[in-house]
Amino acid sequence: MAFRTISQSAQAHGPTDAKSWWKSLTGKGRLRAVITTAILLPIGFGWIYPFLWMVSAGFKTTDEIFSGLGLWPSDPQPRNFTRAWTDARIGEYFLNTVIVTVGSMLIVLVTVSMMGYVLGRYQFPGKKAVIVAFAVTVFLPEGYTIIPIFELVNRLGLANSLAGVTLALAGGAHVVMVLLFAGYFAQLPKELEEAAVVDGAGFFRVFWEIMLPLAKPIVATTIILQFMHSWNAFLVPLVLTLSRPDLRTLAVGIYAFRGEYFTDWSGMAAAATISLAPIVIVFLFLQRYFVEGVAGAVKT
Amino acid sequence: MATGSAQRADTLMSQGPPASGKTLWQRVWAARWSYLFMLPNLILAAMFTFYPTVMSWYFSFLDWSGFTSDKEWIGLENFREIINDSYFWDAYQRSFLFMIVAVPIQVVLALVVALVLNDSSYKLGPFFRTVFFLPVVTSSAIIGIVMSFVFSPFNGPANKILLDTSLIDRPVDFLGDPDTALWTIAGVWIWKWFGITMIYWLAALQVVPRDLYEAARIDGAGRLALHKDITLPMVFPFAIVIVLITIVGSLNVFGLVQTMTGGGPFFASEVMEVYIYRNAFGESGIPRLGYASAAALFFGITVLGLSLLQGWGLKKANDARSQMKQS
Repeated sequence: MAFRTISQSAQAHGPTDAKSWWKSLTGKGRLRAVITTAILLPIGFGWIYPFLWMVSAGFKTTDEIFSGLGLWPSDPQPRNFTRAWTDARIGEYFLNTVIVTVGSMLIVLVTVSMMGYVLGRYQFPGKKAVIVAFAVTVFLPEGYTIIPIFELVNRLGLANSLAGVTLALAGGAHVVMVLLFAGYFAQLPKELEEAAVVDGAGFFRVFWEIMLPLAKPIVATTIILQFMHSWNAFLVPLVLTLSRPDLRTLAVGIYAFRGEYFTDWSGMAAAATISLAPIVIVFLFLQRYFVEGVAGAVKT
Repeated sequence: MATGSAQRADTLMSQGPPASGKTLWQRVWAARWSYLFMLPNLILAAMFTFYPTVMSWYFSFLDWSGFTSDKEWIGLENFREIINDSYFWDAYQRSFLFMIVAVPIQVVLALVVALVLNDSSYKLGPFFRTVFFLPVVTSSAIIGIVMSFVFSPFNGPANKILLDTSLIDRPVDFLGDPDTALWTIAGVWIWKWFGITMIYWLAALQVVPRDLYEAARIDGAGRLALHKDITLPMVFPFAIVIVLITIVGSLNVFGLVQTMTGGGPFFASEVMEVYIYRNAFGESGIPRLGYASAAALFFGITVLGLSLLQGWGLKKANDARSQMKQS
């Protein structure tokens, strides 16, 4: 890759631990670091305040939410969460969301890695045409095609089913992911397959047992990108579950929940916290892959 | 979408020696596994990318409710109606207004923050990068709902902070006032997607060799001069790409708008996507899939124009980058 990755570059220079870093700075450098931090810290706090407010509101009574800005609940109410989980059916929506997210992640991972593999490592007639057709899809406007997607899923007999939502969320050309895989596979040494073929492994086994396990960073990036896409999707599951409230995903379910119980702020906040928690936690632990996946759009 | 998509595609196409001395059929047969491996993703692309693009043209010539199979071919009637629908033009203009205001703010602020965080001698950079990126990974619809509470005129935290600091003397109905609704959403949109533009800038900043900074610093160049003379010219080719990606992003605001205002009050925040949704699936009235498709197509062509502009920008950026490599 022509670029240093962003996460590498952060660590590439200078001492790593805080103490030796501080010592390494000159007086001017220290002043800069202090001023920068003094400016960024309040902004950063304000930046995540809406999340902190939401989590704290989830533990307060609705009266307490109205009464002040303090974040620490005086009398924590875990029952807000159980109420949201059962009465507002957030538990059901959570399960639906997990099913469509995991399902679409698996579909996309398999289809994208297979295509990236052959594009990255093999020559065949028509390859050029396929690449050109895919490159063109980058220029097709997305998000304004919801009506044909709705009609297609209906015609497949998958309307109002989780299978339909899963498929629609997995759908698309996934150009960035395919190119990430192709680029990665292209730079692996030729000897890998040759040795395996001598051992009698077939085309599929070479891919599945040797090549795919080598592409772990791209697998992780693909999974994360698709996780983000499916877990957060709103328009597609909204339209595809209009007549089946029991199949709603979290985003759609909470939207509907607010329509019905708009005075229950603490229940809403608890429900929102439940639905954001998984992706935020995954992000905090695997942020490298989020960042690299997103940056892939500019630098692949 | 990518500076390198095209470039990488080029290198993929030029790999390996051309197979000679075999008929086309033999070569196709020899590569049967390759075709098989591409098939699943090609099917997904055909179903959810190519088919919808083609069908949205067809649907826009129909009078069709979607509930029954009755589809009547009415030619350009839908388009004639759209041109005379003031709600359509209001939504159309609003989408562009949103874009013209929100995109420059986002791109410039993100560049400033990226320049600060890109400084490798500032060890808290990765921490703040995480903080600013956090809203990006969250669901627009949930954020919209939470924000409708944050900006509530009835003791929402935004109003409370402003009241406590005496910046205002009575609550502002951010989302209920036609004058402020769209701009409140724009503010939330900038906050929500700021991190992604910042990451694009950080990726672009990786092209600037660090030695250049060191050299310039030894020569005694100040930081602002450094960025003005070295950084900005070098990342400029990427600026086009980043602006265009952000523009396309600013047209995908359905989740936020629908959950924060539903397009209201009195249609004051109804952007194009909400208009399309209201006509196609809206709770009131008979759904009009044909009519909504025509509106989507009309707007989609506009977006396509912008995307082509993006393609042109990509090419420029690529050329500039390869020149940079040679020198």
